[in-house]
Amino acid sequence: MTSSRLLVAPELAAIEIKGTTREAFLIRATLAAGATYGAMSAAPFVTKALAQDSKGDIDILNYALTLEYLEAEFYTRGVAQVKGLSGAEMKLAKELRDNESEHVKALAATVKKLGGTPAKKPSLDFGPAFANRASFLKTANVLEDAGVSAYNGAAPMIDSVDVLAAAGGIVQIEARHAALIRLARSKPPAPLPFDKPAEMDAILKKIMPFIKS
Amino acid sequence: MTDSALRELADDPSSRKRFFKMMGGAGAVSAFGIVLAACGDDEDEGGSASTPAKSSGDDTTGDLKILNYALTLEFLEADFYKQVIDSGIVKDPKVASLAKQFGETEQTHVDTLKATIEKMGGKPVSAPKTKFGPTLEKGLMAVLETAATVENLGAAAYLGAAGMIKSKDVLASALAIHSVEARHAAALNSLVGRGFGGKGGLSGSLPDGAFAKGMSEADVLAAVKPFLA
Repeated sequence: MTSSRLLVAPELAAIEIKGTTREAFLIRATLAAGATYGAMSAAPFVTKALAQDSKGDIDILNYALTLEYLEAEFYTRGVAQVKGLSGAEMKLAKELRDNESEHVKALAATVKKLGGTPAKKPSLDFGPAFANRASFLKTANVLEDAGVSAYNGAAPMIDSVDVLAAAGGIVQIEARHAALIRLARSKPPAPLPFDKPAEMDAILKKIMPFIKS
Repeated sequence: MTDSALRELADDPSSRKRFFKMMGGAGAVSAFGIVLAACGDDEDEGGSASTPAKSSGDDTTGDLKILNYALTLEFLEADFYKQVIDSGIVKDPKVASLAKQFGETEQTHVDTLKATIEKMGGKPVSAPKTKFGPTLEKGLMAVLETAATVENLGAAAYLGAAGMIKSKDVLASALAIHSVEARHAAALNSLVGRGFGGKGGLSGSLPDGAFAKGMSEADVLAAVKPFLA
């Protein structure tokens, strides 16, 4: 990547990178910001991005924390409200609730440890998700699959190896949740050979309907 | 207007800027492109896709070593499912279809890892000689339990290696495989009746509780040794 190409940020934002280093990655990612918010603003971000590693990790952890708040609250309410779950399904829902609550605690603690402020729990509304067994399991399926893709999308940008290990340890559990919820729905537990990473915008689109404020 | 971090991120450009640095259009989604390109789905990738990774020599060497380690495990998994299906030991159509799909996925992982290693200028390892005969002789339950064990090991192996991967592209790819291994492991654990919340490294549908643990390469290789000829 030459410096002359760096000047045409919006165009570069559409070009795929291969075998990038972290520096190239950050520059490339910053250029995407430039494409959105004006190419002229891109250059200063590069320096800032490279200097703010733990800041970036805190942002990612807070993003994950918000997703975990959503999941934990979903299962907490679901366990109390949904009628018609089998014994095994109820047991699973309770275990997933407990797992997600532990993820919330761990992520909030990690954000604090890094000197950040944990994101606040959003006010949530799951609409008709708890009306019956089928809608509950379907929404759970959406949330768990989205969780896997969200972590897979965010994790490569994590700077600290410790934070990456923590995120990896959580996403593996999210993937197991997704598989078990899918089996409960008689759906293939692992429908694709790769759990593709999702961009934040795609995840936001999926979960915004549940967030009141 | 709101105390939601997500809403803030969605609405507030300055919050978003920090995110875009990390995960905007340039996030793992495009980093993941190397895997998709390596899959051969995109025939018109042309010269650029075959350009080796531009990380430093040491970084590439380390990543190639990890990719070949992963490839060895994927070879083992793919071969196991193939032998299981060929043996006809699985009669239940639902279980058979699961085994077939998991086996195809493992073969896709093999093909993808091989192609990725080649694209990075490395040499893929050969398939190891496997020894699943004794397991197959023990019957269906032993077969499914072995499948569960191997998938749990696979998930633990990717998790254990992730922190050592230098290239963000390779990391994104490994993570995309890691969670699929975890899905397989959970489904098989459930199938063989390993209850939820089991204790110990490799038992239970959710073996480690809320947080999965990675395994070192040495431990994983020791655990799969009985299956190598």
